[in-house]
Amino acid sequence: MTDPVTLDPIAARRLDGNAAGGILAEVFAVDVTAARSRCAGCGATSMLGAHHVYADAPAMVLRCPSCTGMVLRVGMREGRILLDLSGSRLLEIPMPASSGGGPATEDDGELG
Amino acid sequence: MARAAVQRRLTWLPARLVATSAESPRVHRLVFDVPGWSGHLPGQHVDVRLTAEDGYTAERSYSLASPPEVGELHLLVERLEDGEVSSYLTGELSPGDLIELRGPIGGYFVWSAAADQDDRDTGRRPVQLVAGGAGVSPFTAMLDHHRRRESPTPMQLLYSTRDESEILARGLLGPETTITLTRDVPVGWAGETGRVDAAMLLRCTVKPGDSPRIFVCGPTAFAESTATALVDLGHEPTSIRIERFGESKEPS
Ligand SMILES: Cc1cc2nc3c(=O)[nH]c(=O)nc-3n(C[C@H](O)[C@H](O)[C@H](O)COP(=O)(O)OP(=O)(O)OC[C@H]3O[C@@H](n4cnc5c(N)ncnc54)[C@H](O)[C@@H]3O)c2cc1C
Ligand SMILES: [Zn+2]
Repeated sequence: MTDPVTLDPIAARRLDGNAAGGILAEVFAVDVTAARSRCAGCGATSMLGAHHVYADAPAMVLRCPSCTGMVLRVGMREGRILLDLSGSRLLEIPMPASSGGGPATEDDGELG
Repeated sequence: MARAAVQRRLTWLPARLVATSAESPRVHRLVFDVPGWSGHLPGQHVDVRLTAEDGYTAERSYSLASPPEVGELHLLVERLEDGEVSSYLTGELSPGDLIELRGPIGGYFVWSAAADQDDRDTGRRPVQLVAGGAGVSPFTAMLDHHRRRESPTPMQLLYSTRDESEILARGLLGPETTITLTRDVPVGWAGETGRVDAAMLLRCTVKPGDSPRIFVCGPTAFAESTATALVDLGHEPTSIRIERFGESKEPS
């Protein structure tokens, strides 16, 4: 039996990497929700769309779905976009020609 | 064309509301005309920006509920009590009003007939959609697109909603859809009842052995409990894609 009301208040407001796709699209010329990021903390690789996003902080914070470590922070201040990528060791972005506009690869899911 | 949609830096575009209607007691269908829209893929979303007279802005994300074949953009917006943006969109915004949209966003939570054609191995796998409440929004774009393109990909939807009056996009839902009512069940209801759990998923969705691609969308608590139950049933975690909408005081 699954009980959908047992999450704590912070977890209940959690989103996915998708939710950060808009502001990241102000920075990158290609969609990065389908990009794969290797976590600087634990080394796990997953698509940014499968990362957890906490949007309540002044910046959007993307956390690793494996170890919950901070992977990326992006926010706006006084007309500037601030991007902290220190939690990602490697960002692998599909080129538009090979991404075909659809999901890039299959070994990239949410809970893996 | 849709493919170009993910290849350029995005900017805010003015969007004019052309129609708004109550799709259910709590959800409005908003139809926007967006000059210069580059096209989108089913499953993508837009960011909405509202700007007050004093310059204060608020941004929220909304899934595109219309397929790329339709010229206008449809959003299904649920009014949350005390919700800053949703109560404005469903209560104040009138036809002719302008807001700003940034999109289309996302290459992760998407499905398209063309991508299945390009990638035959992936394209052969059935698609299972699981929605809670307004989380059905991106799936209405997928189902409508699937039908217009006469896609050969098997596609099913399990849709959880509180009661019959809250069923969204009714005209679009066909035999591929199973509805479960979580609160009020009318006399003679032949569908499922109660919350989505492992037993219901086993009964009503594509089996792990058929290696479906699974998309789950809805309030965060719904999406996470559903995804956990799917993994418990033996689905590959990597075959499950989730779109969390955030908190909802009223779980679907
Ligand atoms: C990718 C994506 C797609 C989405 N698509 C859709 C869609 O198609 N349709 C749709 O209806 N929604 C969608 N959403 C949700 C949408 O973006 C908004 O979150 C939703 O409309 C609520 O916004 P709001 O401004 O009305 O509410 P908010 O003012 O943000 O408040 C939301 C709720 O949280 C409570 N709350 C606010 N702040 C706090 C706090 N600090 N602590 C605790 N509780 C708080 C409020 O009382 C309210 O009940 C989507 C979200 C994402 C990330
Ligand atoms: Zn990690």
